[in-house]
Amino acid sequence: MAEQIQLEVITPERRVVSERVDAVTVPALGGEIGVLPGHAPLISQIQTGILSYTQGGATHRLHVSGGFVEVSDDQVTVLADVAELPEEIDAARARRAREQAEKILSSFSGDQEEFARAMAKLERSLVRIQLAEEFEAIRR
Amino acid sequence: MANLLDIRRRIRSVKNTQQITKAMKMVSAAKLKRAQDRVVAARPYAAKMTQVLGRLAARAGDSFHDPLLDERGDQHYLLVLITADKGLAGAFNANLIKAAQIFLQENADKQIELLAIGRKGRDFFRRRQINIVGEYVGLTGKGRIEHEEALDVARDIMRRFTEDESLDKVFIIYNEFKSVLQQRVVVEQLLPVPRVETGPQQTIEYIYEQPPAEIFGRLLPRYVETQVFRALLESVASEHGARMTAMDSATKNAGELINHLTLTMNRIRQAAITKEIIEVVSGAAAL
Repeated sequence: MAEQIQLEVITPERRVVSERVDAVTVPALGGEIGVLPGHAPLISQIQTGILSYTQGGATHRLHVSGGFVEVSDDQVTVLADVAELPEEIDAARARRAREQAEKILSSFSGDQEEFARAMAKLERSLVRIQLAEEFEAIRR
Repeated sequence: MANLLDIRRRIRSVKNTQQITKAMKMVSAAKLKRAQDRVVAARPYAAKMTQVLGRLAARAGDSFHDPLLDERGDQHYLLVLITADKGLAGAFNANLIKAAQIFLQENADKQIELLAIGRKGRDFFRRRQINIVGEYVGLTGKGRIEHEEALDVARDIMRRFTEDESLDKVFIIYNEFKSVLQQRVVVEQLLPVPRVETGPQQTIEYIYEQPPAEIFGRLLPRYVETQVFRALLESVASEHGARMTAMDSATKNAGELINHLTLTMNRIRQAAITKEIIEVVSGAAAL
């Protein structure tokens, strides 16, 4: 298939990915969305998860958290709050974050906002840990 | 005529100053490069954000309502002034403060509160007749703005705006980074978010995974956050640019001063030597 899509992953601080790819899977709020060339225009919020894209048979995965995705004219733009490539993830830090979040959740104080923050932190750390472990497995 | 020793001392002191200005110039140049890169890196996000917001607004027109969007009265303003923490940056801070004063004069009939970001602006207006409701000092001073810090500021501003019903508008004054040599003072309305002009542009029919109003509601705060972040980045880059230019001309001036002083010193020394020779010669002639 000759047709490709332009994938842009942008955070407020930098452009993380800018590539021509064959297919993209985005962790949208309502579940994962797969985008192939010729996809209809779409806007959605995204949630913490793994964004993956294939490029010439190879699959790449990265961590994204919070933000939006816009699809139009074979162009996928992800405006993420956080986006990290597997090699950038600090696995040790993510594990610490998971422990902290679990501690807060296990001693739930009834503060809704605190609960939501801890949940979000836990989700992020879990995705980070998963990606970091995958990355280490490949490197070995 | 000045004393030879005094002039020597003067030259030495100017030389010391020159070394300091030269060092400051080089530090600013290094920091400027990094700040500039960050401004450039932040642009795609801001551009895309504006584009998506514009498209959403174009589709729904005036049917969206949000506390951050809806026009209120026109009586009570909050002015966010972004200055530097440090001086010695030419007219950088002076221009900002002047712009703020002009703003205050033009809106003298309104009730205006100030949120000062940066020590210079705060210190100036603390001694004036204006109510400073909040301040962020030490944010721009370390030469690098983290996104998290910008979020804190932006959320603080939005919280003030949504909590205080009587607050009508929020304006922001900062230096926009045009080039190393040029900064432009910008006065912008931050809140309520100005409605984007919906010209006869082609509207794409999107599939909305969530209701457009919900997406819009989520997008707006992010838009404001991005605006604040960008303003802070621009301001930091401008500050380093201004300081570099100021310190460059200070170094040049010091060089000129040293040349001038050296010339005077040599002239005096020569005059002294000549005088001595005349004394010796006239002494010999008298023998």
